Amino acid sequence: MIDVDGLSVHFGGVVSLDQMTIQFPEGTCGLIGPNGAGKTTFFNVLSGFVTPRSGRITAMGQDLLALPDYKRARWGLRRTFQTEQAIEKLTVFENVATVYEHSETTGKTGRVAAVDEALEFVGLTDVAQQTVRALGAKERRFIEVARAVVGQPKLILLDEPAAGLPDAETELLGEIIRNIPDRVGATVILVDHDMSLVQACCDWTAVLDFGRLLASGPTADVLRDPNVMKAYLGTEEVAI
Amino acid sequence: MTTVATSAPAAATAAPRPSALARVVSNRVFEPVVTVVVLALALFAIPGFFDSFWVANFTQMAVYSIVAASAGLLYGRVGLVSLGQVASYGIGCWVTMRLAFATTLPFPILLIIGGLVAAVIGVLIGLPALRVSGLYLALVTLMLAAGMEIVLGQTKFPNGGSGFKGVVKTLSDIKPTRRPSFAITDTGYYRFIVAAAFVMFMLASYVLSRKPGRAWASIRQSEAAALAAGIDVTRYKIWAFALAAFMAGVAGGLYAGTVPKGMSIDAFNRQSAIFLIAVVIMGGIYSLWGGLLGAFFATCLLKFLTQNVIGHQFWTRFALSLFGFGLLANLIQSTKAAEKKGVEA
Repeated sequence: MIDVDGLSVHFGGVVSLDQMTIQFPEGTCGLIGPNGAGKTTFFNVLSGFVTPRSGRITAMGQDLLALPDYKRARWGLRRTFQTEQAIEKLTVFENVATVYEHSETTGKTGRVAAVDEALEFVGLTDVAQQTVRALGAKERRFIEVARAVVGQPKLILLDEPAAGLPDAETELLGEIIRNIPDRVGATVILVDHDMSLVQACCDWTAVLDFGRLLASGPTADVLRDPNVMKAYLGTEEVAI
Repeated sequence: MTTVATSAPAAATAAPRPSALARVVSNRVFEPVVTVVVLALALFAIPGFFDSFWVANFTQMAVYSIVAASAGLLYGRVGLVSLGQVASYGIGCWVTMRLAFATTLPFPILLIIGGLVAAVIGVLIGLPALRVSGLYLALVTLMLAAGMEIVLGQTKFPNGGSGFKGVVKTLSDIKPTRRPSFAITDTGYYRFIVAAAFVMFMLASYVLSRKPGRAWASIRQSEAAALAAGIDVTRYKIWAFALAAFMAGVAGGLYAGTVPKGMSIDAFNRQSAIFLIAVVIMGGIYSLWGGLLGAFFATCLLKFLTQNVIGHQFWTRFALSLFGFGLLANLIQSTKAAEKKGVEA
């Protein structure tokens, strides 16, 4: 469980996160909200790229903000970025191995087996020895997911993992994401604007708007919430 | 537990498999073959076919290729534009010379000590420089090169004297740096340098293929993504500085034995620092082969133009201008790329 308590982030005069308090349950959680709601800022706080003005984050009993950025990854925090960051010069295998090498959780199986398992999980076994530069958007997105699941992660942050993918591939990605908690035992937080992806993957969803928690609960209920619809679609008159 | 892979054959078919020819000519097969051929040519063909004048030039090229590869490794593999490699080259040269006069240690040991001292100093100076990146790192390291020029200008290179500096005042007392006992002749020393360069390239290649190489590739692409992957970015940058400074330091030690009497500081001044990064960029920064090509431009090609081509003054200057143009274009381009990449927030 991830317990966020009174988290505030200010960039100069801009309040990006405003006393955000939320508890993410285990499993795959959705985090949605209009542009500028603070979703990526929240991920950047978790990753250690942004230092919050106040607040605490406790993940699985660990005070996350007390760890330096790179040590959070070693503890078991993984993330993907809006613009995919698969390492172009390395092979698919090396991409995943790099993350494994720097994780504290040395699996029982060893490096090669752990990487192979992650690649098999996302269906990239056949291109394992190819250089990323030669691969397309879909493979790169899937590599990022493989990087996120290798080496016993505890918390995985996916920031618009399906951005730029066609529907069929998004659906496949959704199927993979949905299987992450069962397969690797990590909690997943998924940020995406694609509501069908969020609905397909997440039993539980939270909505941010202007840095505040607007609603949270079972995904279907949250998406029907009138406040949520208003935040997304503007005033009802405009929406209708 | 479900395996998505079995239900998704599309993942495998999306990217075409490389053709048979492509696989044969792939780096894994091709590169070792080319390496052996180049090494054999360098060791046997060059001393056989060329006269002593050109062997001397190829000697310079072999030394310079190590320095160029070290700068290329920092720039191409880690993304650090360092103009300080010439300083490490100078430190390695000075230390090796001083110890060659002061001790009877075997020459390869002197090279390793020279490389290690260069690495330690390189890291100490690199530490504060790591707070900046891109063009600013280039500027800070250029200051390092300028500082080294001043220090070397004051201390001079050892030439057989006593004391810490080991400098003699009378011209007739100046001694050349000793060479390894098994490589006294020019050709022998040339072959020794080629072998040493081969070892340095293999060292770099080995490290690049291991955990540090993968970490550097991550850092080069995006420091944010590297941090998110658990890579201690600062530590791996220091690692890179240490390795590059070690290589340049060893090259400096090798260079010491090529100069018959009275080492001048010309090879280690600011112009040399900028010239180095220019030829490294011209040679290509990603592959270690670029170091060899850059060194060829800097030594043999320039020499050939000045010696054999009518209007050589023009061609030499034209080549130098081209290096300068390449350097500027690359710095502008990489600065733009760095701005575009940024850290997403």
